[in-house]
Amino acid sequence: MSVQIERAAAPPRVAAYNNPKVRAVFYQLVLLALVLWFGYEFALNAKANLDAQRITSGFGFLDTTAGFSVNQSLIPYNETDTYGRVFLVGLLNTLLVAGIGIVLATTLGFIIGITRLSPNWLIARLAGGYVELIRNLPLLFQILFWYLAVLGTLPGPRQSISIFGEIFLNNRGVIVPAPVAGEGAGYVVAAFALGVIAAIALRFWVRRRQDRTGQPFPLFWTCLALVVGLPLVVLVATGFPISFQKPELRGFNFVGGIRLLPEFVALLIALATYTAAFIAEIVRAGILAVPRGQTEAALALGLRRGATLRLIVVPQALRVIIPPLTNQYLNLTKNSSLAVAVGYPDLVAVFAGTTLSQTGQAIEIIAITMAVYLAISLITSALMNWYNAHIRVAER
Amino acid sequence: MAEQSSYVRRALAEPQPPPVGEGVLARMRARLFDGVFNTVLTIISAAIIIALVWPTFKFLILDAVWKGSSRVDCLPETVGRQVGACWPFIQAKFIQFMYGFYPDSEQWRVNLTYVLGLILLVPLLIPRVPGKRLNAILFFGVFPVVGFFLLVGGVLGLPHVETGLWGGLLITLVISFTGIMFSLPLGALLALGRRSELPIIRTLSIIFIEFWRGVPLITVLFFATYMLPFFLPASWEIDALARVLIGVVLFSAAYMAEVVRGGLQAIPRGQFEGAMALGLGYWRMMGLVVLPQALRLVIPGIVNSFISLFKDTTLVLIVAIFDLLGQLRAAFSDPNWATPVTLFTGFAFAGIIYFLVSFGMSRYALFVERRLNTEQAR
Repeated sequence: MSVQIERAAAPPRVAAYNNPKVRAVFYQLVLLALVLWFGYEFALNAKANLDAQRITSGFGFLDTTAGFSVNQSLIPYNETDTYGRVFLVGLLNTLLVAGIGIVLATTLGFIIGITRLSPNWLIARLAGGYVELIRNLPLLFQILFWYLAVLGTLPGPRQSISIFGEIFLNNRGVIVPAPVAGEGAGYVVAAFALGVIAAIALRFWVRRRQDRTGQPFPLFWTCLALVVGLPLVVLVATGFPISFQKPELRGFNFVGGIRLLPEFVALLIALATYTAAFIAEIVRAGILAVPRGQTEAALALGLRRGATLRLIVVPQALRVIIPPLTNQYLNLTKNSSLAVAVGYPDLVAVFAGTTLSQTGQAIEIIAITMAVYLAISLITSALMNWYNAHIRVAER
Repeated sequence: MAEQSSYVRRALAEPQPPPVGEGVLARMRARLFDGVFNTVLTIISAAIIIALVWPTFKFLILDAVWKGSSRVDCLPETVGRQVGACWPFIQAKFIQFMYGFYPDSEQWRVNLTYVLGLILLVPLLIPRVPGKRLNAILFFGVFPVVGFFLLVGGVLGLPHVETGLWGGLLITLVISFTGIMFSLPLGALLALGRRSELPIIRTLSIIFIEFWRGVPLITVLFFATYMLPFFLPASWEIDALARVLIGVVLFSAAYMAEVVRGGLQAIPRGQFEGAMALGLGYWRMMGLVVLPQALRLVIPGIVNSFISLFKDTTLVLIVAIFDLLGQLRAAFSDPNWATPVTLFTGFAFAGIIYFLVSFGMSRYALFVERRLNTEQAR
C-alpha cells in the first residue's frame, strides 16, 4: 500500500524580519558592531588616559636599563641589563619551576593514584586522605605554609639540618651538591643523545618488523641499555669526568654546591604536591575506566600478567588519562605565577611586578605576560588535539 | 604454522582460595595482612598515619594554650611545658580575620547578611524542601540586592562602609558568592554561543573562552587592577574590589562555559528536534528543554568550579585586597604575637575553615551525583 504525498507548495512568504536567516545575520552584525564599538571606545580612552598621564606607549622600554637585581637567573644578568633581558630571565625561571614541578607532580601523582587502588585498605585510605586534604586547601595557602611555616622556621646556616652530609637545609634555602663537568664530559652527553636517538630508531624498526612478520623483540631492555647503559659505559671509559662538589660550611655560610632559594623550594613543593593530588585522581579514574572484561579477555587469550598490563590495560587507560593530564600540566604552569606571593623571580614577579611598577607601562607589560601564557596554553592544546585525533579508537 | 598452534590446558586448574569469612577479623586479614608484602605495607601506612595524626592532635588540643592575652602566655618558658597551638592569638585577631577593618558598630550588618544567606541557602540545598522556584528567586535575585545594600550602606540611615575597610572571611565570601552568581548565567550563555550555528557568535565565544582559560588568574587580577582603569573614561572611579570582582567573574565564566558545554553535548539530538517539532523557538527550546537537562547533568562539574573559585579567591591578596589569607599574613607580622607557634596556629585555623567549606561542597556534589544516578537507574 502506498501513500501519496502531495508535493509541498512553495513555502509561504514571510516578512524579512521573520525570516530566520535574515534574523541570524542581523543579530550577528549587531553583536559584531557592539564588540567593535567597545574596542574603539577602549582604544580612545586608553589614548586619552595615557596622554593625560604622559606615558608614552610602545615597546621601547624593553631596551632601557632595568637597574634592579634578580636573585635567581639561568642566564647571565646584572643590574645594567635591559627590561627585555629581565623578561627573558623571568620566563626562564617560570619554565624552570614548571618543568621540574611537572616531573615531580607526575611521579608523585602516579604513585598516589595507583596506591589509591591498592587492595590494602589502610594504604588506599592513606592515599585518599592525602588527595582530600591537599585538594581542599587553596594552593596559595599551601605555598605560604611551606614558605613561612616550614622553610622560614628552619635554623640558620650554622645549625643546618643535614641529610646524609650531602644536602643541607637552613633558612637561606636548600644546598645540594653541584655537578662539575671535567675533561671529556661532552662524550657522556653525546653518548646519551646518541642512545636516545638509537632507541627511537630501534622502536620504529621493531614496530614495522613486528607488523610485517609478527616476530617480537625485547624492546624495553634494549632501549634501557641504549639510554642508560651507553652513557654509563662512556662514563667509565673516560674515567668519571663528572663529579659532585660537596657544599661545605665556612664561617657563617656554605661554600660550593648549588643553593636553591627557599622561595623556589617552597613553590616547587607546593606546586608538585598540589598538582599530584589532581593527577592521582586522573590516574585512578583512567585505570578504573578500563573494563574488567578487557583484563579477563587478555588472560583468557593466554597473555601473562605483565603483558596484559603493558599491552591491554595501560594503552587504554592512557587514552583516558592523557588529555586531563595535559590540562593539569597547563594548570601547574599557570599556577607557577603564584610565585609572586613569595617573591620567586618568575615572569609575573619580575616583569608584571617590578618592571611594571618601575615603568608604568601597564598595557604593554600585562599584554605581553598574558600573551606568553596564552601562547603556552594554545600550543599545548593544539598538540593535544593532534594527539587525540591520532590515538582515537577507530570505530568502523 | 605448527608451532603457533593453540594452547590446550591439560592439567586441572588450581582450586581457588576459600571465600573470605564474614567477621571483621577475617576481612581484616584479607585486606590488610594478606601475605608478607601486604603486611609490610599495612605496618608502614599505620606508622605514617600515627606519625601524622598524633602530633597534630597533640598540637591542636593537648599542648594548646587556651587562655592568654599576649605572646608571653604562649611561650614555653612561661607555660613550663611544650607549647602547641596558641589559640589566644586567634581570639585576639578573630574580628580582623572575620571582618577586616569593618567598623565594630556595624558588624551586625555582616552577620545579618550571613544569617539571611544561610536561611535561604539551606532549604535550597535540601532536595525534599518544597518551593524551590520561590527560594531560588529569593536567593539569587533578592538576596544579592539586600546584601549589597546591607554591606555597603548609604541607604535607610545605614552609614556607608568603604570596601577598602572590608577584609577577612567577609571578602572571601563576597568574592566567592559574586563569582558564583554571575559566572553561571554568563557561562551558560557563552556555552550556548560556542555551540551556536551562527559563525560570528561562535567565533567570538570561542575567542573569549579560550583567552580567559589560557591565562593565569593572577594576570587577570593584574589586568583588572592596573590595565582596566586605562580603558575606561578617566571620570569613572571604579572601586578596587569591584574591579577585582569583574576579573574574577569573567575568568570563572570561561571555565563554567566549558562545564556547561559538556552538559550540552550530552543531550541527545532528539531533544532538540523534539523541541523544534513542538514549535519552540531557540530561547524556549534552550530554556525549557535543553538547559534544565544539561545543567542537571553537570551539577558535580559546576560545584567543582565553585570549589576552585572559592580557593582562588585567596589570590586577591596579591593585589592588596586582604581576604582571610591576607589578614592571616598581616597578623603574622604583629610583634605582639611573635611566638614560635604563631605561624602554625594561624595556618591551622585558616586551613580548617578553607578545608571545611571546600570539603563540604565536594561532599554535596557527590550527594547530588548519587541522587541523580539513582533517579536515572530507576
